[in-house]
This record gives sequence, structure tokens and C-alpha cells, in this order.
Amino acid sequence: MAIKYDEVVSTFDPVLGLEVHVELGTKSKMFCGCATVFGAEPNTQVCPVCLGLPGSLPVVNRKAIEYTIAIGLALNCSIAPYSRFARKNYFYPDMPKNFQTSQYDEPICKNGYLDIEVETEDGIKEFRVEIERVHMEEDTGKSLHVGGATGRIHGADYSLLDYNRAGIPLVEIVTKTIEGTGKYAPFVAKAYVKELRDILRSLGVSDVKMEQGSLRCDANVSLRPIGEKKLGTRSETKNVNSLRSVERAVRAEMIRHAGILQSGGKVKQETRHFHENTGETTAGRSKEQAEDYRYFQEPDLIPMAPAESWIDEIRKNLPERPSERRKRLQIAWAVPDKEMAAMVNADVLDLVAETVELGADPTKARGWWLGEIARIANEKEKWAGELPISPENVKELIDLISAGELTDKLARQVVEGVINGEGSPKEVVAKRGFKVVSDDSALMEAIERAITAQPDVADKVRNGHIPAAGALIGAVMKDTKGQADAAKVRSLLLKHLGQSE
Amino acid sequence: MIRKSAHEMSSALASGETTSLELTKKHFERIETVDGKVRAFLHLDKDGALESASKIDERRKKGEALPPLAGIPLALKDVLVQKGVPTTCGSKILEGWRPPYDATVVKNLKKNGVIILGKTNMDEFAMGSSTENSAFHPTHNPWDLTRIPGGSGGGSSAAISSFEAPLAIGTDTGGSIRQPAAVTGTVGVKPTYGGVSRYGLIAFSSSLDQAGPCARTVLDAALLHEAIAGHDEMDSTSINAPVPKVVEAAKRADVKGLRIGVIKELQGEGYQAGVLERFQESLDVLSALGAEIVEVSCPSFDYALAAYYLIAPSECSSNLARFDAMRYGLRVGEGSAEEVMNATREAGFGREVKRRIILGTYALSSGYYDAYYGSAQKVRTLIKNDFEKSFASADVLVSPTAPTTAFKIGEKSNDPLAMYLNDIATIPVNLAGICAISIPSGLAKEDSLPAGFQVMAPAMADDRLYNVGAALERELLAKWGKPLLDFAPELS
Repeated sequence: MAIKYDEVVSTFDPVLGLEVHVELGTKSKMFCGCATVFGAEPNTQVCPVCLGLPGSLPVVNRKAIEYTIAIGLALNCSIAPYSRFARKNYFYPDMPKNFQTSQYDEPICKNGYLDIEVETEDGIKEFRVEIERVHMEEDTGKSLHVGGATGRIHGADYSLLDYNRAGIPLVEIVTKTIEGTGKYAPFVAKAYVKELRDILRSLGVSDVKMEQGSLRCDANVSLRPIGEKKLGTRSETKNVNSLRSVERAVRAEMIRHAGILQSGGKVKQETRHFHENTGETTAGRSKEQAEDYRYFQEPDLIPMAPAESWIDEIRKNLPERPSERRKRLQIAWAVPDKEMAAMVNADVLDLVAETVELGADPTKARGWWLGEIARIANEKEKWAGELPISPENVKELIDLISAGELTDKLARQVVEGVINGEGSPKEVVAKRGFKVVSDDSALMEAIERAITAQPDVADKVRNGHIPAAGALIGAVMKDTKGQADAAKVRSLLLKHLGQSE
Repeated sequence: MIRKSAHEMSSALASGETTSLELTKKHFERIETVDGKVRAFLHLDKDGALESASKIDERRKKGEALPPLAGIPLALKDVLVQKGVPTTCGSKILEGWRPPYDATVVKNLKKNGVIILGKTNMDEFAMGSSTENSAFHPTHNPWDLTRIPGGSGGGSSAAISSFEAPLAIGTDTGGSIRQPAAVTGTVGVKPTYGGVSRYGLIAFSSSLDQAGPCARTVLDAALLHEAIAGHDEMDSTSINAPVPKVVEAAKRADVKGLRIGVIKELQGEGYQAGVLERFQESLDVLSALGAEIVEVSCPSFDYALAAYYLIAPSECSSNLARFDAMRYGLRVGEGSAEEVMNATREAGFGREVKRRIILGTYALSSGYYDAYYGSAQKVRTLIKNDFEKSFASADVLVSPTAPTTAFKIGEKSNDPLAMYLNDIATIPVNLAGICAISIPSGLAKEDSLPAGFQVMAPAMADDRLYNVGAALERELLAKWGKPLLDFAPELS
């Protein structure tokens, strides 16, 4: 019997640790000149170096170091004047050399922090997440296990290997233990990954697509009784592939741990896999026996010693922080806190900003992204940015309304059309035959018909009972199949019956 | 013609006395005649070599200016990858693999028009001092076919000492160029670490491996050195500086006023009397030429062998992890990837390789790392310091190359420690990343087999080796009346 979340957090204090892997968006791989295009034919972006052929040697990609330093600086880390690569030794078929070139005791960036905001019962609260290290390493290839029920290696008939991803530069960002978040732990985890993603995106160092694996999060969760200092046993939930899943996975693990602890059991230190469909985790590799990666310094690479002047230059060119940008935009758009938080939560801030940059009114742009588009996204269990509607589309839509060519009601149908793939707003309008009846004489004819059909109602209006006009306006809208501007119908009708607002 | 030096062959080619095609064919004839006994080669690339030779001849005919070694045949140690040519590293695990790319050394050889005859035998993955650890067959010392030609580069040293090739490429991780040179009466140079690109050199111990020239004369070695050395963007550890002027130094051969430091720790106990006698004789020759002989002490050298046998196996345990049957080479067994990996590595690696992988895996394990690998790295620093101090009072340092002359095949194969002791004088150079040469110092009186004289110089001062080596070579040649190899028994 699963225990309720409220009960979990009233008994236990959660401690988190988050490891985020980011594939850098460099044109070439970490240690060779191979391309890094996503989705290329298997094994077409490979060479002797990233295939680990006998005799081949790595050469460090300078751009990857630059990107990593930029990440470190953006996360308030200190940059090591001297750091080395190390080999992490273990056997796996998708790892060409059977060791991963990584960093061990000498990471390039250390000791930073990231401040994040979480909406609490007492309003917006800031949390500081401390960063332990940011280090560089190379990605592995990909295994495709064919046959078997799970798609995992166990029970598969055979496996296919694609080394295109092998050697793509990865940066691993590791937090220190995150304590004191209480019941907000899942939100803190999500907000951290989101803020980190926004920073990485603003730096332009990665395309940070969680669904394509260019940003991957492993969440370490442990519980201890409230008041206890000693950390509990942690589980490590792997490859949580969306922001929503970060929150769900942390919560699911908290509930699972609490269930075990409350029934007197012991949490196993192990790797867990999160399943998007069920929202639960299942056991992976047991980590009770610590793995020995036999780290030692990579003898094929000389130590990195980035020049102070180079670091300064990277620092100088850092873009505006997302948190600062949010503050700036909030003032510029004159948005209340709650609305701002809503945009951030729905992750539509960039979409709104892009729409505004195209010339749209901020309030209107926000209205569409947070309104109809968000509603459809919710229905489809997707993020608004994943829907096939662009800021350009929204700008066009807003323009059509301003020009009086669409009513709000019609515009909502247009949004649906765009998302259904019927084309741009103008194309949807044309295809669906939407046309606002703005011709006064045509409207007057419809008004006359409504009055003739409901003479009693018309009399009430004539006698000053304005609310009765609603029935007549409704009839006109029905008559024009909704293609009339209701406000205009209202004013024409009232004028015709000798009334005003 | 095949008994001439590469330098002389080069003149003969330039004057039109012979052609590269003729020269190459003659070497293949020699190989056919004697290699059944010597067994220096693992693979011959006859078609490739003859084609390259014809091309060089055509270019020469057109009047093109060619590099000094253009058209000269060479034997390539099977540790270096050559595009399309089988490369085994002396191991069953790579049998049948044809690399899709050229090592930088091979590229440089081709650029210089050198004709690669084939791949030479070696201890598996360059681990050994006798070439008995080759997975295919042992190689025999042309001086006495019952004896080892040194190792790991015994194929290369045997090939040049039996006149199957005038030049060869070796690699030296702990002495694998110099010790084979010493026991076959030839010249071998371990260049400064980073002086010659390691790209395409199948790694044994990355921080120690270095490719270098093997030849019958000091000048030939210098010509080959200049052909293969230089900065390479594909190797991060390659030194970005001009190649030391080694050919010029070999021609200068003047040691007057040079300070020569004799390392106290690299003589005495464990060294064959005849080897020490030849060493002293060479010192006297250099002294007579006006060099100043001083004694230096390198106390940390006592720990060199121990440090080496932790660092090299540690690195090799990681370097050799890639041989897992997944992408190339041998594949044995069926079942899961793990089962195939295990079965392949069990079947594909020989005893010595397995011994070192296991040793290295332990040395790197958490809990042992500090005591073993960590301590070994500290010893390495001490050895560097000893060298630095010694080079403050001497321009070059000297020692016998190997403590003994060539031993019998099979004599030490069951005693790894005795085998490891062969490299006691060569290993410190690798640990410090400096350069050294071995030149023949004559025949030891006990067994009439060649002994080697080692000269060591600071990093990037490779030219000093050639200067001293060439001076000594000139004087000893005059003393012997003919090249040392002319004292060797006729093979055919």
C-alpha cells in the first residue's frame, strides 16, 4: 500500500543529488573531427579515433573546453588553472575503447551554485543549489537490443551498435547534496533542471533537448527521519527524459523509499529506471558493491591549463542570465508576479518573448500561449513548445484579430487548425472559409430578422431593459454562423433600438 | 649492394648505379634465402613494395628532387598500423585485421619515399625482451640462431643484422629498440618522448612508448630519425618544436671537450664481464678523442624496474581493453557480449600479456592505487630529478645498453624476473622521457657476441646521441678493420 505524499514529507526529510549530462553542441566530437549531427545513418560519423581503433589517439576539442568553462562561469564555479583527463575503465560493447575518457579528481570547474525559484504556499521562494563540479567527458555509442520483451540487454536476441554518438562531448554537472527542501523537493529538482537548461540554452552550448537525450538527468534521492543528520541510503534514478519526469521521478522515489522505511525495510543502493507511462521506477543495476573504475590520468592527453586571459574573455562574453532576463521582461511587459510564474511554469516564456520580438503585444502574446495553446498542450500531455505552432503563427493570428478579420472565437479554431497541421493561420482561415461579417448592411439584415422573430424581446430592449439584448445578439451570431463580431452586433442592435450602453 | 649502408644505397640510387626496384627485389631475394632461419618477418608486402619502388624510380627518372631515403627498403615493426596491410602487434587477437589508416610514422615514411618491405616480428604487444612472446613464432639472432634477437623489436633488429633490410622502425617502451640493437650489433635510437608521433602506434604503455630508427650505422639512423620525427597534430603529446639536427650531428662526430657521465648504478653486479670490458674500451676511446669522463650517481634507478612494472602494466591493462571482439580482430565463442569478450580475450592474448593486464588491473584498483601506481609515479619523478642533476655535470650519460649479450632461446622464458632484468639500463630513459642510442661496442670475449654502448641525452637533445655515437663508431670501425656485422657467421 503506497503511502501518501503528505505523510511522506511529514515523517521524512528528503535529500537530493542531481547529475545532469549535457551533450555539447560542438560541430565536431570531443577528441576527433567527426560530425555530431543527430539522427544520421548509424556508423557514418565515425573515424579511427572515435571507434577506438588500435593506434589512434585523442586530441581535445578546444571549443568543448570553451563551452565547459562558460558553463562553469555561468554556474558561479571556480575554473581550475590546471586539470587533467582521466580514464574510467569498464567494459561495455558501446564503448569503443572500453574506457571512457573523463575527468576524475581534477575537474575543470568546481564549487559553484545556482539559485532557483519555487512557488510555495508563502509565495515565490528562492533555493540555492550548490554545484560540486562540472567536468568533461565523451559520450558512448548506442546499443539497440533487438528481441526480448524489455528492449534491454537481458533477453535480447542480438544487439546493434551505433558509434555515431561515441565521442560526442558531454559535460556532467553534479550538485552537492540538496537539503532542506522538505515537501518542495520534487519542485526544486524540476526547477533546478529547468533553470540549468535555460542557462545552457542561453549560453548556446547545447540544444538541451531532453527527449533527444542531449540533456539527461540522473536523480539521487534518499530519505531520513525528520531531525536526523545522517543521510539515508540513496537510489539513483537514471535518464529521466523530461522536466515533468524529474518532478514525478523524485516524488515516486520519495514515496517508494518511505514505504520501505515505514514497513521497517532497508532501501537498497541501486540504479532505478523511471517509466514515463506508469510514473514509477523499477530496479536496475545494484550498486551495493561499489564499482571500481580504476581511474588513472589519461596518458594520451596533456593537462589543460586555460590561460587566465581566455577565461576572462569567455566571462566577458557570457550572455544575460535567464533569471535577470526574466526580471527585465517582467518589467518591460508589466506582468504581475503570478502571471510571470505561470509563464515560467508552463515553460512558455521564450515562446512569448519570441512572439513579442516579432512585434506582437506582450499581453496578447501571453494570452495565447498561456490560454488556448496551453490548453491544447495540456490535453495532448505535451509542452507548448513541442506543438507545431510557432511564434510567427501566433503573431499572424494576433494581427488577423487586430485587423478585424478574426474574432476571438474564430481565432481559437484557427489555433486548433494550425496545430492540426492545416497550415499557417491565414491558410487555415482560407481553408475553413472563416470570414468575419463586418459588412454593416449584412449585419443589419440579420438584426432585422432577429427582431422580427422575437418582437417581445425587442420591445423590452426598447423600454430600456438592456440585458434582454443578449437573446437577440445570440440569434444574430447564430444566423451568421459565428462569423460576426459580437461587440459590433451589440452596438448596432442597441443603436437600432434607440438605446446605448 | 645489400650489405651497404642506407646512405651508400642512396648514393647508388642517385648516381643511377642501381634502381629502387632492383634494390627492393634484392632484399626480397635475401629474405627468401635467410628468413626461413631468422624469421624476422610476420608479413611481407611484396606487391606494395615493388609498386612503390617503381614509382620512386619513375619520379627519379623524371629528374624530380627526392628525399635522401627515397627508394630505400625498410622493415616495419608490426606495432605500427599501415593502411590495408595486416597489422597484428604479434598477437592472435589482431590476426586478420587490416587497418583502415596509416600511422603518422608510416605516412612520413611514405612521404619520404621509403619502401616498406613488410611487418616484423615482435613480442606480443611489445611486451618482452626476446621476441619469444610473439604469438606466431620466435625470431632468431643472426649471430647465433639458437639465441634471441632481443625484444620486443627482435624482428626489426634481426632483419637489419641479417641484411634483409638496411633500415627498420622499432618502438621502445622500456628498451625494445636499444636492447635488440645491442644484442644484434646494430644501432637503435629511442628518441625523446614526443619527438616522433605515436599516432598509429598500437599502445602498450602510452606514457612510455616511442617509435625510433633501427639501422646498421649511426648516420643511417639519423637519416631515418629525421624522416619520421616532428610535430603531429594527431598526437597531443607530440612536441611542437623543430626536430633536433641529428644528421648534421652524425656527420660532425666530434666529442672534444664533451663531458660524458658514467652512471655508477648501471654497472657492476649482474653485468657480464665481457660486456663491461667493451664498455670500458669505448669509454677509453671517447676519452682519447678528448671527451671528459666523469662519474655520476642516480640512486633512484634502483627503483626504476619496480616503477616500470607498475606503470607499464597499469597503462596496458587499460590500453588493451579495446580488444574485445566487438569491432575487429579475433572473435571466439558465442552467447552474450560479455561471454564473447571473455572467450576472445582468453584465447587471443598470450601468457605475458595476460600477466601484465592482471598486474596492471590490480595496481590501479581502488585501495591499491596509492601504494602501487601512485608510488610508481613518484619514483618516476625521482628518476627525472636524478637525470636532471646528472645532466648538470655531464652533456651525455653512458652505460652498457644491456647487462648481457644475447641469451639462448627458452633460457629465461619461465623466469619473468630474469627476463625483466634485461631492461635495467634502458628503462630509466623511458621513465624520464629523455632520449638514448645504442651502438655496437664490439664482441664480448666470453661468447663472441655483440655488446651495446648506450648514450643518453636530455629531452630534445637527440643530436648529442648522434654526435657521440658517430665518433665512437668511426673509431671502433678503424680498430676492427671492418663493420662488426662482417664478423657474424654467413647465414646462407
